[in-house]
Amino acid sequence: MGGGHAPNKIHDLVISGESSVHRLPPDVKLVALVAFVSSIAMTPRHAVWAFAVYAAILAAVTAIARVPIAVIGRRLLIVAPFLMAAALVPFIGDGPQTKVGPFNLSTDGLWAAWNICAKALLGATASILLTSTTPIPDLLVGMTRLRVPRPVVSIVAFMVRYLDLLADQFQRMRLAMAARGHDPRWLWQARPVASAAGTLFVHAYERGERTHQAMLARGFTGHMPDLDTPTRSSGAWLTALGPAALAVSVCIVAIVQ
Amino acid sequence: MSIVAMHAPDGFLEPGVALVTGLIALAVMAAAVRSSSQELGDRQVPLAGMAAAFIFAAQMFNFPVASGTTGHLLGGALAAILLGPWVGALVVGVVVLVQALIFADGGLTALGYNVINMAIVPAFGGWAIYCLVRRVLPSNAAGVIGATAVASGLSVVFAASAFSIQWLFGATAPVPFDTVFGAMVGVHVLIGIGEAAISAMAIAAVLAARPDLVVGAQDLNATQLADRPRVGARPFVIGGLLVAVFLAMVVSQFAASSPDGLEKVAEDKGFSDSATDHTFAQSMFADYATRGIDNENLSLAIAGVTGVTLTLAVGTGMAVGARQLRRAAT
Repeated sequence: MGGGHAPNKIHDLVISGESSVHRLPPDVKLVALVAFVSSIAMTPRHAVWAFAVYAAILAAVTAIARVPIAVIGRRLLIVAPFLMAAALVPFIGDGPQTKVGPFNLSTDGLWAAWNICAKALLGATASILLTSTTPIPDLLVGMTRLRVPRPVVSIVAFMVRYLDLLADQFQRMRLAMAARGHDPRWLWQARPVASAAGTLFVHAYERGERTHQAMLARGFTGHMPDLDTPTRSSGAWLTALGPAALAVSVCIVAIVQ
Repeated sequence: MSIVAMHAPDGFLEPGVALVTGLIALAVMAAAVRSSSQELGDRQVPLAGMAAAFIFAAQMFNFPVASGTTGHLLGGALAAILLGPWVGALVVGVVVLVQALIFADGGLTALGYNVINMAIVPAFGGWAIYCLVRRVLPSNAAGVIGATAVASGLSVVFAASAFSIQWLFGATAPVPFDTVFGAMVGVHVLIGIGEAAISAMAIAAVLAARPDLVVGAQDLNATQLADRPRVGARPFVIGGLLVAVFLAMVVSQFAASSPDGLEKVAEDKGFSDSATDHTFAQSMFADYATRGIDNENLSLAIAGVTGVTLTLAVGTGMAVGARQLRRAAT
Protein backbone atom coordinates (compact mmCIF):
# COMPACT_ATOMS: atom_id res chain seq x y z
CA MET A 1 0.00 0.00 0.00
CA GLY A 2 2.98 2.26 -0.41
CA GLY A 3 1.37 5.65 0.13
CA GLY A 4 0.48 7.15 -3.22
CA HIS A 5 0.51 4.35 -5.71
CA ALA A 6 1.30 5.86 -9.03
CA PRO A 7 4.29 8.11 -9.38
CA ASN A 8 3.55 8.44 -13.08
CA LYS A 9 0.50 8.61 -15.22
CA ILE A 10 -0.49 5.22 -16.46
CA HIS A 11 0.06 6.14 -20.09
CA ASP A 12 3.54 7.56 -19.55
CA LEU A 13 5.03 4.31 -18.35
CA VAL A 14 6.59 3.21 -21.63
CA ILE A 15 10.08 4.44 -22.34
CA SER A 16 9.74 4.88 -26.06
CA GLY A 17 12.52 3.38 -28.06
CA GLU A 18 13.36 0.88 -30.74
CA SER A 19 14.98 -2.23 -29.44
CA SER A 20 14.54 -5.93 -29.91
CA VAL A 21 12.94 -6.02 -26.45
CA HIS A 22 10.36 -3.39 -27.47
CA ARG A 23 9.56 -5.32 -30.66
CA LEU A 24 8.84 -8.69 -29.04
CA PRO A 25 5.19 -9.78 -29.10
CA PRO A 26 3.48 -8.91 -25.78
CA ASP A 27 2.14 -12.40 -25.04
CA VAL A 28 5.63 -13.85 -25.36
CA LYS A 29 6.95 -11.20 -23.00
CA LEU A 30 4.19 -11.94 -20.47
CA VAL A 31 4.95 -15.68 -20.47
CA ALA A 32 8.66 -14.95 -20.12
CA LEU A 33 7.99 -12.54 -17.24
CA VAL A 34 5.84 -15.01 -15.32
CA ALA A 35 8.40 -17.80 -15.79
CA PHE A 36 11.24 -15.50 -14.75
CA VAL A 37 9.48 -14.13 -11.68
CA SER A 38 8.32 -17.60 -10.58
CA SER A 39 11.92 -18.86 -10.79
CA ILE A 40 13.03 -15.97 -8.59
CA ALA A 41 10.30 -16.66 -6.05
CA MET A 42 11.13 -20.36 -5.83
CA THR A 43 14.90 -20.05 -5.56
CA PRO A 44 16.23 -21.06 -2.13
CA ARG A 45 17.63 -18.07 -0.25
CA HIS A 46 21.07 -19.60 0.34
CA ALA A 47 21.79 -19.84 -3.41
CA VAL A 48 23.25 -16.33 -3.57
CA TRP A 49 24.91 -17.07 -6.92
CA ALA A 50 21.49 -17.72 -8.48
CA PHE A 51 20.29 -14.24 -7.52
CA ALA A 52 23.48 -12.83 -9.05
CA VAL A 53 22.65 -14.61 -12.31
CA TYR A 54 19.09 -13.20 -12.25
CA ALA A 55 20.45 -9.71 -11.66
CA ALA A 56 22.90 -10.15 -14.54
CA ILE A 57 20.07 -11.27 -16.86
CA LEU A 58 17.98 -8.25 -15.87
CA ALA A 59 20.96 -5.93 -16.36
CA ALA A 60 21.54 -7.35 -19.83
CA VAL A 61 17.88 -6.92 -20.81
CA THR A 62 17.90 -3.38 -19.41
CA ALA A 63 20.94 -2.55 -21.49
CA ILE A 64 19.50 -4.06 -24.67
CA ALA A 65 16.17 -2.24 -24.13
CA ARG A 66 18.03 1.00 -23.30
CA VAL A 67 15.79 1.71 -20.32
CA PRO A 68 17.50 4.38 -18.16
CA ILE A 69 18.60 2.96 -14.80
CA ALA A 70 17.27 6.11 -13.09
CA VAL A 71 13.76 5.28 -14.32
CA ILE A 72 13.97 1.75 -12.93
CA GLY A 73 15.36 3.06 -9.66
CA ARG A 74 12.55 5.58 -9.31
CA ARG A 75 9.86 2.99 -10.00
CA LEU A 76 11.48 0.52 -7.59
CA LEU A 77 10.61 2.91 -4.75
CA ILE A 78 7.25 1.16 -4.69
CA VAL A 79 8.78 -1.82 -2.83
CA ALA A 80 10.57 0.44 -0.31
CA PRO A 81 8.07 -0.22 2.54
CA PHE A 82 8.80 -3.93 2.30
CA LEU A 83 12.55 -3.39 2.33
CA MET A 84 12.12 -1.39 5.54
CA ALA A 85 9.99 -4.14 7.04
CA ALA A 86 12.61 -6.70 5.99
CA ALA A 87 15.34 -4.62 7.62
CA LEU A 88 13.57 -5.05 10.97
CA VAL A 89 13.51 -8.85 10.78
CA PRO A 90 17.14 -9.45 11.90
CA PHE A 91 16.41 -7.41 15.03
CA ILE A 92 13.18 -9.12 16.03
CA GLY A 93 13.91 -12.60 14.66
CA ASP A 94 14.77 -15.48 16.96
CA GLY A 95 17.21 -18.35 16.62
CA PRO A 96 21.04 -18.31 16.63
CA GLN A 97 22.66 -14.89 16.66
CA THR A 98 25.41 -13.35 14.57
CA LYS A 99 27.41 -10.37 15.65
CA VAL A 100 27.30 -7.61 13.04
CA GLY A 101 29.09 -4.47 14.16
CA PRO A 102 27.62 -3.45 17.51
CA PHE A 103 24.45 -5.53 17.07
CA ASN A 104 23.56 -9.10 17.89
CA LEU A 105 21.38 -10.09 14.96
CA SER A 106 19.40 -13.23 14.23
CA THR A 107 21.20 -15.29 11.59
CA ASP A 108 17.97 -16.64 10.14
CA GLY A 109 16.61 -13.11 10.28
CA LEU A 110 19.50 -11.83 8.18
CA TRP A 111 18.86 -14.55 5.61
CA ALA A 112 15.15 -13.76 5.65
CA ALA A 113 15.81 -10.05 5.13
CA TRP A 114 18.14 -10.87 2.24
CA ASN A 115 15.53 -13.24 0.80
CA ILE A 116 12.71 -10.65 0.91
CA CYS A 117 14.87 -7.80 -0.42
CA ALA A 118 16.45 -9.80 -3.24
CA LYS A 119 13.20 -11.35 -4.44
CA ALA A 120 11.17 -8.13 -4.13
CA LEU A 121 13.76 -6.04 -5.99
CA LEU A 122 14.42 -8.58 -8.76
CA GLY A 123 10.73 -9.37 -9.25
CA ALA A 124 9.73 -5.71 -9.37
CA THR A 125 12.59 -4.89 -11.76
CA ALA A 126 11.41 -7.60 -14.14
CA SER A 127 7.85 -6.22 -14.07
CA ILE A 128 9.11 -2.67 -14.55
CA LEU A 129 11.12 -3.79 -17.59
CA LEU A 130 7.95 -5.20 -19.12
CA THR A 131 5.88 -2.04 -18.63
CA SER A 132 8.77 0.16 -19.72
CA THR A 133 8.99 -1.59 -23.06
CA THR A 134 5.36 -2.56 -23.75
CA PRO A 135 2.50 -0.11 -24.32
CA ILE A 136 -0.59 -1.03 -22.27
CA PRO A 137 -2.84 -1.73 -25.31
CA ASP A 138 -0.26 -4.29 -26.44
CA LEU A 139 -0.24 -5.84 -22.97
CA LEU A 140 -4.02 -6.23 -23.21
CA VAL A 141 -3.67 -7.93 -26.59
CA GLY A 142 -1.11 -10.22 -25.00
CA MET A 143 -3.52 -11.09 -22.18
CA THR A 144 -6.26 -11.90 -24.70
CA ARG A 145 -3.94 -14.18 -26.65
CA LEU A 146 -3.03 -15.97 -23.44
CA ARG A 147 -6.74 -16.79 -22.99
CA VAL A 148 -7.35 -14.46 -20.06
CA PRO A 149 -11.19 -14.34 -20.06
CA ARG A 150 -12.58 -11.63 -22.36
CA PRO A 151 -14.61 -9.74 -19.73
CA VAL A 152 -11.54 -9.38 -17.52
CA VAL A 153 -9.40 -7.99 -20.33
CA SER A 154 -12.20 -5.62 -21.35
CA ILE A 155 -12.69 -4.40 -17.78
CA VAL A 156 -8.95 -3.81 -17.42
CA ALA A 157 -8.95 -1.96 -20.75
CA PHE A 158 -11.80 0.24 -19.61
CA MET A 159 -10.22 0.92 -16.28
CA VAL A 160 -6.88 1.85 -17.81
CA ARG A 161 -8.57 4.14 -20.33
CA TYR A 162 -10.45 6.12 -17.68
CA LEU A 163 -8.02 6.01 -14.76
CA ASP A 164 -6.08 9.16 -15.56
CA LEU A 165 -9.32 10.97 -16.31
CA LEU A 166 -10.87 10.14 -12.92
CA ALA A 167 -7.62 10.81 -11.08
CA ASP A 168 -7.37 14.22 -12.74
CA GLN A 169 -10.97 14.96 -11.85
CA PHE A 170 -10.30 14.14 -8.21
CA GLN A 171 -7.15 16.27 -8.31
CA ARG A 172 -9.20 19.22 -9.61
CA MET A 173 -11.75 18.77 -6.82
CA ARG A 174 -8.94 18.85 -4.24
CA LEU A 175 -7.43 21.90 -5.91
CA ALA A 176 -10.77 23.71 -5.87
CA MET A 177 -11.17 22.92 -2.16
CA ALA A 178 -7.66 24.13 -1.40
CA ALA A 179 -8.34 27.32 -3.37
CA ARG A 180 -11.29 27.94 -1.02
CA GLY A 181 -9.13 27.49 2.04
CA HIS A 182 -9.83 23.82 2.86
CA ASP A 183 -6.70 22.42 4.46
CA PRO A 184 -7.68 19.35 6.50
CA ARG A 185 -5.27 18.22 9.20
CA TRP A 186 -7.37 15.70 11.12
CA LEU A 187 -9.53 12.77 10.15
CA TRP A 188 -12.77 14.41 11.33
CA GLN A 189 -12.11 17.30 8.93
CA ALA A 190 -12.04 14.88 6.01
CA ARG A 191 -15.75 15.07 5.25
CA PRO A 192 -15.38 17.33 2.16
CA VAL A 193 -12.65 15.08 0.75
CA ALA A 194 -14.66 11.94 1.41
CA SER A 195 -17.77 13.56 -0.07
CA ALA A 196 -15.70 14.42 -3.13
CA ALA A 197 -14.79 10.73 -3.38
CA GLY A 198 -18.49 9.84 -3.20
CA THR A 199 -19.30 12.45 -5.85
CA LEU A 200 -16.51 11.06 -7.99
CA PHE A 201 -18.09 7.61 -7.76
CA VAL A 202 -21.44 9.01 -8.93
CA HIS A 203 -19.71 10.83 -11.80
CA ALA A 204 -17.77 7.69 -12.72
CA TYR A 205 -20.88 5.51 -12.64
CA GLU A 206 -22.90 7.95 -14.71
CA ARG A 207 -20.04 8.25 -17.16
CA GLY A 208 -19.99 4.47 -17.35
CA GLU A 209 -23.71 4.44 -18.12
CA ARG A 210 -23.31 7.11 -20.80
CA THR A 211 -20.37 5.28 -22.33
CA HIS A 212 -22.39 2.08 -22.29
CA GLN A 213 -25.25 3.82 -24.13
CA ALA A 214 -22.80 5.17 -26.68
CA MET A 215 -21.29 1.71 -27.11
CA LEU A 216 -24.74 0.16 -27.60
CA ALA A 217 -25.52 2.82 -30.20
CA ARG A 218 -22.41 1.66 -32.05
CA GLY A 219 -23.36 -1.99 -31.97
CA PHE A 220 -21.70 -3.25 -28.75
CA THR A 221 -22.71 -6.85 -27.99
CA GLY A 222 -21.03 -7.35 -24.63
CA HIS A 223 -17.61 -8.15 -26.07
CA MET A 224 -14.95 -5.90 -27.45
CA PRO A 225 -14.20 -6.70 -31.10
CA ASP A 226 -10.93 -8.34 -32.09
CA LEU A 227 -8.64 -5.80 -33.64
CA ASP A 228 -6.02 -7.05 -36.03
CA THR A 229 -3.04 -8.07 -34.00
CA PRO A 230 0.50 -8.70 -35.19
CA THR A 231 1.41 -12.37 -35.38
CA ARG A 232 4.21 -13.90 -33.42
CA SER A 233 7.02 -15.94 -34.83
CA SER A 234 8.87 -18.86 -33.36
CA GLY A 235 11.98 -16.66 -33.46
CA ALA A 236 10.31 -14.25 -31.05
CA TRP A 237 9.51 -17.08 -28.67
CA LEU A 238 13.12 -18.20 -28.74
CA THR A 239 14.49 -14.69 -28.14
CA ALA A 240 12.11 -13.83 -25.32
CA LEU A 241 12.12 -17.17 -23.61
CA GLY A 242 15.92 -17.41 -23.70
CA PRO A 243 16.46 -15.37 -20.51
CA ALA A 244 13.43 -16.98 -18.86
CA ALA A 245 14.68 -20.49 -19.69
CA LEU A 246 18.06 -19.57 -18.27
CA ALA A 247 16.36 -18.37 -15.09
CA VAL A 248 14.29 -21.55 -14.81
CA SER A 249 17.36 -23.75 -15.17
CA VAL A 250 19.26 -21.67 -12.64
CA CYS A 251 16.33 -22.10 -10.24
CA ILE A 252 16.25 -25.88 -10.76
CA VAL A 253 19.99 -26.17 -10.18
CA ALA A 254 19.69 -24.03 -7.04
CA ILE A 255 16.89 -26.20 -5.66
CA VAL A 256 18.65 -29.48 -6.45
CA GLN A 257 21.83 -28.26 -4.78
CA MET B 1 -1.01 4.43 7.75
CA SER B 2 0.84 3.35 4.67
CA ILE B 3 3.45 0.76 5.60
CA VAL B 4 1.45 -2.43 5.76
CA ALA B 5 2.18 -5.85 4.34
CA MET B 6 -0.58 -5.82 1.76
CA HIS B 7 0.75 -5.30 -1.74
CA ALA B 8 3.24 -8.02 -0.88
CA PRO B 9 6.15 -8.43 -3.32
CA ASP B 10 7.42 -11.66 -4.96
CA GLY B 11 8.70 -14.30 -2.57
CA PHE B 12 7.15 -12.72 0.55
CA LEU B 13 5.48 -16.02 1.45
CA GLU B 14 6.57 -19.56 0.56
CA PRO B 15 5.82 -20.75 -3.02
CA GLY B 16 3.36 -23.39 -1.76
CA VAL B 17 1.17 -20.74 -0.14
CA ALA B 18 1.48 -18.56 -3.25
CA LEU B 19 0.26 -21.47 -5.39
CA VAL B 20 -2.66 -22.51 -3.16
CA THR B 21 -3.87 -18.94 -2.61
CA GLY B 22 -3.45 -18.34 -6.33
CA LEU B 23 -5.78 -21.23 -7.15
CA ILE B 24 -8.35 -20.10 -4.58
CA ALA B 25 -8.22 -16.51 -5.84
CA LEU B 26 -8.58 -17.72 -9.42
CA ALA B 27 -11.67 -19.79 -8.57
CA VAL B 28 -13.37 -16.97 -6.65
CA MET B 29 -12.54 -14.41 -9.33
CA ALA B 30 -13.96 -16.72 -12.03
CA ALA B 31 -17.17 -17.00 -10.00
CA ALA B 32 -17.19 -13.22 -9.58
CA VAL B 33 -16.84 -12.71 -13.34
CA ARG B 34 -19.80 -15.02 -13.92
CA SER B 35 -22.03 -13.58 -11.18
CA SER B 36 -21.29 -10.01 -12.17
CA SER B 37 -22.09 -10.69 -15.81
CA GLN B 38 -25.40 -12.17 -14.63
CA GLU B 39 -26.01 -9.10 -12.53
CA LEU B 40 -24.92 -6.41 -14.96
CA GLY B 41 -25.47 -8.07 -18.34
CA ASP B 42 -23.79 -6.17 -21.14
CA ARG B 43 -23.25 -3.25 -18.76
CA GLN B 44 -20.61 -5.38 -17.03
CA VAL B 45 -17.61 -4.12 -18.95
CA PRO B 46 -18.23 -0.36 -18.84
CA LEU B 47 -19.56 -0.25 -15.28
CA ALA B 48 -17.05 -2.61 -13.66
CA GLY B 49 -14.26 -0.92 -15.62
CA MET B 50 -15.30 2.53 -14.51
CA ALA B 51 -15.76 1.39 -10.91
CA ALA B 52 -12.27 -0.17 -10.98
CA ALA B 53 -10.86 3.12 -12.22
CA PHE B 54 -12.69 4.86 -9.37
CA ILE B 55 -11.28 2.51 -6.71
CA PHE B 56 -7.79 2.87 -8.16
CA ALA B 57 -8.10 6.68 -8.21
CA ALA B 58 -9.46 6.70 -4.65
CA GLN B 59 -6.47 4.62 -3.50
CA MET B 60 -4.06 7.08 -5.07
CA PHE B 61 -5.21 10.06 -3.03
CA ASN B 62 -4.39 10.85 0.52
CA PHE B 63 -6.79 11.76 3.27
CA PRO B 64 -5.78 13.62 6.42
CA VAL B 65 -5.41 11.36 9.45
CA ALA B 66 -3.80 13.25 12.29
CA SER B 67 -1.77 16.41 12.46
CA GLY B 68 -0.83 16.44 8.81
CA THR B 69 -0.11 12.73 8.34
CA THR B 70 -2.17 11.10 5.64
CA GLY B 71 -3.51 7.71 4.64
CA HIS B 72 -5.47 6.33 1.77
CA LEU B 73 -8.59 4.29 1.21
CA LEU B 74 -8.42 0.53 0.53
CA GLY B 75 -12.01 0.43 -0.68
CA GLY B 76 -12.78 -3.32 -0.60
CA ALA B 77 -15.86 -3.03 1.64
CA LEU B 78 -16.89 0.29 0.08
CA ALA B 79 -16.88 -1.34 -3.37
CA ALA B 80 -18.97 -4.26 -2.07
CA ILE B 81 -21.57 -1.96 -0.48
CA LEU B 82 -21.76 0.28 -3.55
CA LEU B 83 -21.79 -2.47 -6.17
CA GLY B 84 -22.72 -5.68 -4.35
CA PRO B 85 -20.17 -8.22 -3.08
CA TRP B 86 -19.48 -10.10 -6.33
CA VAL B 87 -19.01 -7.04 -8.52
CA GLY B 88 -17.12 -5.39 -5.67
CA ALA B 89 -14.70 -8.31 -5.31
CA LEU B 90 -14.20 -8.44 -9.08
CA VAL B 91 -13.53 -4.71 -9.32
CA VAL B 92 -10.97 -4.62 -6.50
CA GLY B 93 -9.40 -7.84 -7.82
CA VAL B 94 -8.89 -6.15 -11.19
CA VAL B 95 -7.34 -3.16 -9.41
CA VAL B 96 -4.88 -5.43 -7.59
CA LEU B 97 -4.03 -7.24 -10.84
CA VAL B 98 -3.33 -4.00 -12.68
CA GLN B 99 -1.29 -2.63 -9.80
CA ALA B 100 0.92 -5.73 -9.92
CA LEU B 101 1.17 -6.02 -13.69
CA ILE B 102 1.51 -2.38 -14.65
CA PHE B 103 2.91 -0.59 -11.61
CA ALA B 104 4.97 -3.45 -10.12
CA ASP B 105 3.02 -2.73 -6.90
CA GLY B 106 2.75 -6.23 -5.48
CA GLY B 107 4.52 -9.22 -7.01
CA LEU B 108 3.07 -11.29 -9.84
CA THR B 109 3.72 -14.50 -7.90
CA ALA B 110 2.12 -12.87 -4.84
CA LEU B 111 -1.12 -12.16 -6.72
CA GLY B 112 -2.93 -15.06 -5.04
CA TYR B 113 -2.61 -13.82 -1.48
CA ASN B 114 -2.78 -10.17 -2.45
CA VAL B 115 -6.10 -10.67 -4.25
CA ILE B 116 -7.46 -12.70 -1.32
CA ASN B 117 -6.36 -10.16 1.28
CA MET B 118 -7.30 -6.99 -0.55
CA ALA B 119 -10.28 -7.99 -2.70
CA ILE B 120 -11.97 -11.21 -1.64
CA VAL B 121 -11.75 -10.99 2.16
CA PRO B 122 -12.69 -7.28 2.46
CA ALA B 123 -15.50 -7.50 -0.11
CA PHE B 124 -17.22 -10.65 1.18
CA GLY B 125 -16.27 -10.30 4.85
CA GLY B 126 -17.25 -6.63 4.74
CA TRP B 127 -20.55 -7.50 3.05
CA ALA B 128 -21.38 -10.10 5.71
CA ILE B 129 -20.73 -7.59 8.50
CA TYR B 130 -22.70 -4.95 6.60
CA CYS B 131 -25.77 -7.19 6.29
CA LEU B 132 -25.46 -8.19 9.95
CA VAL B 133 -25.21 -4.62 11.25
CA ARG B 134 -28.04 -3.45 8.99
CA ARG B 135 -30.38 -5.82 10.86
CA VAL B 136 -29.57 -4.18 14.16
CA LEU B 137 -29.67 -0.57 12.99
CA PRO B 138 -32.89 1.19 11.89
CA SER B 139 -33.60 0.82 8.18
CA ASN B 140 -32.89 4.33 7.02
CA ALA B 141 -29.96 6.23 5.53
CA ALA B 142 -28.28 6.59 8.92
CA GLY B 143 -28.41 2.79 9.32
CA VAL B 144 -26.71 2.31 5.95
CA ILE B 145 -24.00 4.82 6.83
CA GLY B 146 -23.40 3.29 10.26
CA ALA B 147 -23.27 -0.24 8.88
CA THR B 148 -20.83 0.93 6.20
CA ALA B 149 -18.56 2.36 8.88
CA VAL B 150 -18.51 -0.85 10.94
CA ALA B 151 -18.15 -3.11 7.89
CA SER B 152 -15.33 -1.17 6.25
CA GLY B 153 -13.45 -0.76 9.52
CA LEU B 154 -13.65 -4.49 10.24
CA SER B 155 -12.85 -5.43 6.63
CA VAL B 156 -9.37 -3.95 7.08
CA VAL B 157 -8.86 -5.96 10.27
CA PHE B 158 -10.07 -9.06 8.42
CA ALA B 159 -7.51 -8.45 5.70
CA ALA B 160 -4.74 -8.16 8.29
CA SER B 161 -5.84 -11.38 10.00
CA ALA B 162 -5.96 -13.18 6.66
CA PHE B 163 -2.37 -12.17 5.99
CA SER B 164 -1.30 -13.37 9.45
CA ILE B 165 -2.89 -16.76 8.86
CA GLN B 166 -1.13 -17.07 5.51
CA TRP B 167 2.08 -16.21 7.37
CA LEU B 168 1.44 -19.17 9.68
CA PHE B 169 1.51 -21.48 6.66
CA GLY B 170 4.18 -19.80 4.58
CA ALA B 171 6.46 -17.66 6.73
CA THR B 172 9.76 -16.74 5.08
CA ALA B 173 11.26 -15.09 8.14
CA PRO B 174 11.84 -16.23 11.73
CA VAL B 175 9.04 -14.07 13.10
CA PRO B 176 6.43 -16.14 14.92
CA PHE B 177 2.73 -15.98 14.14
CA ASP B 178 1.88 -14.18 17.42
CA THR B 179 4.16 -11.28 16.62
CA VAL B 180 2.87 -10.91 13.06
CA PHE B 181 -0.75 -11.27 14.16
CA GLY B 182 -0.38 -8.78 17.00
CA ALA B 183 1.42 -6.23 14.88
CA MET B 184 -0.78 -6.58 11.78
CA VAL B 185 -4.09 -6.56 13.62
CA GLY B 186 -2.96 -3.85 16.03
CA VAL B 187 -1.91 -1.50 13.25
CA HIS B 188 -4.94 -2.30 11.13
CA VAL B 189 -7.41 -1.63 13.91
CA LEU B 190 -6.15 1.95 13.76
CA ILE B 191 -6.17 2.02 9.96
CA GLY B 192 -9.71 0.64 10.13
CA ILE B 193 -10.91 3.84 11.84
CA GLY B 194 -9.75 5.91 8.87
CA GLU B 195 -11.24 3.43 6.42
CA ALA B 196 -14.53 3.46 8.38
CA ALA B 197 -14.78 7.25 8.52
CA ILE B 198 -13.90 7.84 4.85
CA SER B 199 -16.11 5.00 3.54
CA ALA B 200 -19.08 6.12 5.64
CA MET B 201 -18.77 9.74 4.53
CA ALA B 202 -18.34 8.70 0.89
CA ILE B 203 -21.45 6.47 1.08
CA ALA B 204 -23.35 9.38 2.66
CA ALA B 205 -22.44 11.56 -0.32
CA VAL B 206 -23.57 8.90 -2.82
CA LEU B 207 -26.82 8.32 -0.87
CA ALA B 208 -27.55 12.04 -1.03
CA ALA B 209 -26.96 12.29 -4.77
CA ARG B 210 -27.96 8.94 -6.31
CA PRO B 211 -29.28 6.53 -3.64
CA ASP B 212 -30.37 4.16 -6.42
CA LEU B 213 -26.70 3.43 -7.19
CA VAL B 214 -25.97 1.95 -3.76
CA VAL B 215 -26.66 -1.80 -4.04
CA GLY B 216 -26.47 -2.11 -0.24
CA ALA B 217 -29.37 0.36 0.16
CA GLN B 218 -31.70 -1.00 -2.50
CA ASP B 219 -34.18 -2.22 0.09
CA LEU B 220 -34.92 1.32 1.29
CA ASN B 221 -37.72 3.53 -0.07
CA ALA B 222 -37.60 7.29 -0.55
CA THR B 223 -38.86 8.26 2.93
CA GLN B 224 -36.43 5.90 4.65
CA LEU B 225 -33.60 7.36 2.59
CA ALA B 226 -34.58 10.89 3.58
CA ASP B 227 -34.47 9.93 7.25
CA ARG B 228 -30.90 10.68 8.21
CA PRO B 229 -30.12 12.26 11.55
CA ARG B 230 -26.76 14.00 11.24
CA VAL B 231 -23.89 12.48 13.15
CA GLY B 232 -20.89 14.70 13.63
CA ALA B 233 -17.63 13.36 12.22
CA ARG B 234 -15.64 14.18 15.33
CA PRO B 235 -17.66 12.15 17.87
CA PHE B 236 -17.70 9.37 15.29
CA VAL B 237 -13.90 9.29 14.95
CA ILE B 238 -13.34 9.59 18.70
CA GLY B 239 -15.89 6.87 19.37
CA GLY B 240 -14.17 4.67 16.81
CA LEU B 241 -10.83 5.33 18.44
CA LEU B 242 -12.18 4.22 21.83
CA VAL B 243 -13.58 1.01 20.35
CA ALA B 244 -10.27 0.39 18.56
CA VAL B 245 -8.21 0.91 21.68
CA PHE B 246 -10.46 -1.53 23.50
CA LEU B 247 -10.08 -4.11 20.70
CA ALA B 248 -6.32 -3.59 20.56
CA MET B 249 -6.12 -4.26 24.29
CA VAL B 250 -8.08 -7.49 23.89
CA VAL B 251 -5.86 -8.60 21.00
CA SER B 252 -2.67 -7.70 22.81
CA GLN B 253 -3.85 -9.75 25.78
CA PHE B 254 -3.77 -12.78 23.51
CA ALA B 255 -0.54 -11.88 21.80
CA ALA B 256 1.27 -10.94 25.00
CA SER B 257 0.54 -14.25 26.65
CA SER B 258 3.57 -15.60 24.83
CA PRO B 259 6.21 -13.16 26.01
CA ASP B 260 8.60 -12.66 23.10
CA GLY B 261 11.08 -10.69 25.14
CA LEU B 262 11.51 -13.47 27.63
CA GLU B 263 11.87 -16.03 24.90
CA LYS B 264 14.59 -14.00 23.30
CA VAL B 265 16.50 -13.94 26.55
CA ALA B 266 16.02 -17.68 26.83
CA GLU B 267 17.36 -18.17 23.32
CA ASP B 268 20.35 -15.94 24.03
CA LYS B 269 21.16 -17.88 27.14
CA GLY B 270 20.91 -21.01 25.06
CA PHE B 271 18.49 -22.97 27.20
CA SER B 272 15.52 -23.04 24.91
CA ASP B 273 16.70 -25.69 22.53
CA SER B 274 13.73 -27.63 23.73
CA ALA B 275 11.31 -29.69 21.76
CA THR B 276 9.06 -26.95 20.37
CA ASP B 277 10.91 -26.85 17.09
CA HIS B 278 10.33 -30.43 16.13
CA THR B 279 6.65 -30.80 16.81
CA PHE B 280 5.52 -29.02 13.70
CA ALA B 281 8.65 -29.20 11.60
CA GLN B 282 7.16 -31.95 9.46
CA SER B 283 3.71 -30.43 9.29
CA MET B 284 2.19 -28.02 6.84
CA PHE B 285 2.82 -25.14 9.20
CA ALA B 286 5.89 -23.16 8.25
CA ASP B 287 8.67 -23.94 10.64
CA TYR B 288 9.38 -20.26 11.10
CA ALA B 289 5.94 -19.14 12.10
CA THR B 290 5.53 -21.65 14.89
CA ARG B 291 9.13 -21.83 16.06
CA GLY B 292 9.89 -20.25 19.36
CA ILE B 293 6.29 -19.88 20.39
CA ASP B 294 6.37 -21.26 23.87
CA ASN B 295 2.64 -21.47 24.10
CA GLU B 296 2.05 -23.21 20.82
CA ASN B 297 -1.47 -24.36 21.59
CA LEU B 298 -2.65 -20.87 22.47
CA SER B 299 -1.31 -19.22 19.36
CA LEU B 300 -2.58 -21.99 17.14
CA ALA B 301 -5.92 -21.59 18.89
CA ILE B 302 -5.93 -17.88 18.08
CA ALA B 303 -5.02 -18.72 14.50
CA GLY B 304 -7.75 -21.33 14.37
CA VAL B 305 -10.44 -19.07 15.79
CA THR B 306 -9.40 -16.25 13.47
CA GLY B 307 -9.37 -18.58 10.50
CA VAL B 308 -12.80 -19.96 11.29
CA THR B 309 -14.24 -16.48 11.86
CA LEU B 310 -12.78 -15.26 8.59
CA THR B 311 -13.98 -18.23 6.59
CA LEU B 312 -17.40 -17.88 8.16
CA ALA B 313 -17.60 -14.18 7.36
CA VAL B 314 -16.38 -14.57 3.79
CA GLY B 315 -18.61 -17.59 3.23
CA THR B 316 -21.64 -15.75 4.64
CA GLY B 317 -20.89 -12.79 2.40
CA MET B 318 -20.73 -15.08 -0.63
CA ALA B 319 -23.91 -16.94 0.32
CA VAL B 320 -25.87 -13.77 1.04
CA GLY B 321 -24.58 -12.21 -2.17
CA ALA B 322 -25.53 -15.28 -4.20
CA ARG B 323 -29.00 -15.40 -2.65
CA GLN B 324 -29.63 -11.74 -3.42
CA LEU B 325 -28.39 -12.36 -6.95
CA ARG B 326 -30.85 -15.20 -7.47
CA ARG B 327 -33.68 -13.15 -6.02
CA ALA B 328 -32.85 -10.31 -8.39
CA ALA B 329 -32.82 -12.69 -11.35
CA THR B 330 -36.30 -14.08 -10.66
